[in-house]
Amino acid sequence: MDQVEAVFREERGRLLAALARRFGDLDLAEEVTSEAIEAALTRWPVDGVPPNPGGWLMTTARRKAVDRLRRDQVYAAKLAILQVEADRPTPQATGDELPDERLQLFFTCTHPALAAEDRGALTLRCLAGLTTPEVARAFLVPTATMAKRIVRAKKKIREARIPFRVPGPDELPERLPGVLQVIYSVFTEGYAASSGPYLQRLDLAEEAIRLARILHRLLPDAREATGLLALMLLIHARRDARSGPDGEIVLLEDQDRSRWEQEMIAEGRDLVVAALTGRPAGPYAVQAAINAVHDEATDFAGTDWPQIVQLYDVLLELDPSPVIALNRAAAIALRDGPEAGLCLLDELAAEPVLRDYHPFALARADLLQRLDRVPEAIAAYEHALTLAGSEPEREHVRRRLAVLRSPSRTDR
Amino acid sequence: MKYLLLINAGELDLQDTPVGCEPEDWMRFDKEITDSGVVVASESLADLVTATRVQVANDGKRTVTDGPFAETREVLGGFYVIDVPDLDVALDWAARCPGSRGGGSVVVRPVAEFPGA
Repeated sequence: MDQVEAVFREERGRLLAALARRFGDLDLAEEVTSEAIEAALTRWPVDGVPPNPGGWLMTTARRKAVDRLRRDQVYAAKLAILQVEADRPTPQATGDELPDERLQLFFTCTHPALAAEDRGALTLRCLAGLTTPEVARAFLVPTATMAKRIVRAKKKIREARIPFRVPGPDELPERLPGVLQVIYSVFTEGYAASSGPYLQRLDLAEEAIRLARILHRLLPDAREATGLLALMLLIHARRDARSGPDGEIVLLEDQDRSRWEQEMIAEGRDLVVAALTGRPAGPYAVQAAINAVHDEATDFAGTDWPQIVQLYDVLLELDPSPVIALNRAAAIALRDGPEAGLCLLDELAAEPVLRDYHPFALARADLLQRLDRVPEAIAAYEHALTLAGSEPEREHVRRRLAVLRSPSRTDR
Repeated sequence: MKYLLLINAGELDLQDTPVGCEPEDWMRFDKEITDSGVVVASESLADLVTATRVQVANDGKRTVTDGPFAETREVLGGFYVIDVPDLDVALDWAARCPGSRGGGSVVVRPVAEFPGA
């Protein structure tokens, strides 16, 4: 993407948010936003960049919306609100900058009344400025499928009248986690692709970070929004060390820590301090803190396991989920030895969520291997192999199995 | 914007009436929502055993059958039609409705708007 386009991608979200709120219709807002940007791309190189680019784009987009209404009376009647809006004077004279109304758009795109799978797609499309084919690629679905999903979501916003508004302070604690969840699920999908040939889809992780940065700027006092940004940065800093030259998984213990991005770690650490200061921390801040402890260790053995276990204790209290209990058990195995970890895993084995959960099967196999219980470890890896989602995950298990089955196995 | 709130009763459990959906809760809710001026229409429905289904085939033949009786766990027990600015307000009323408690649910359906109608 060239530089001009990158600038417009940022501007696009702001413009779209302002227009969507003004006209109450995402389709119209998208249409005229694109047209205004196209006009700018043609005119600015010739006429020069106007003194107030944001205002120019807004005025152009509004004018195009009014034109569209005159052409299409049925559409206009559908959006009766438009008539009032179209006659209102442009507010651009009040300042140089467009008012940032992207927060409203965040809450609309991640509204709980929308299908969970559509929220991430809509957020990427409207706030990250991705095109529909890009969103489709990001979620590994055909463009036509993604286009249908986006149309369906926009139709619901329009026809059920999901508002473009920021929830009040009393509603925010209930609504903000939903927004954060959408961003984090975009990130985790990018970080550990749930299917496909590659372990990581970094573009998706980077889009999630971009979204979290915007949200953090819009809500600087929302500590969990800060915590989420910190968490993603602290994980993403390790991306280059996380897979080998052939795309294979490199576990935390084997990673070349010199390839971790120190600048990103430093930024994440500052944010995690902010997210943990003051009132009791939320789950994203605590997860960020766990990752900060990992990032601070110069080697795997030097990791402060007691502190990590303590943080997992806090996290488990905030969010008593089996997946967190699994991670805590893995940390305890590293603090107190594989036997202690395996004991905890066996207690968790009955959890329905974990029964077919690849990381659980893998953690169990790994501990059995460490305890030199070879036949059990082989069975456990074989089970893990059936649950692995991506090719590198499967390859990792196959490599472990090959080592265990090798007749010349002497180590461990 | 008009929304239909379809109130589905939860599974009947005569042992313990769930907190928040006793008759006085319903009366309080009905007064609140009526006093707020958003109600366009509202009814509660008679017992399901009184329901009758009518179907007319392509040849015009009418079939009348007793029922339908609950094949699903949820039974439509009543409705409100309210006129409010947007979905969030409608969802707030749905959440305050005692029908959303005790295993019941309230389904919010926007009423279709036809231009020029």
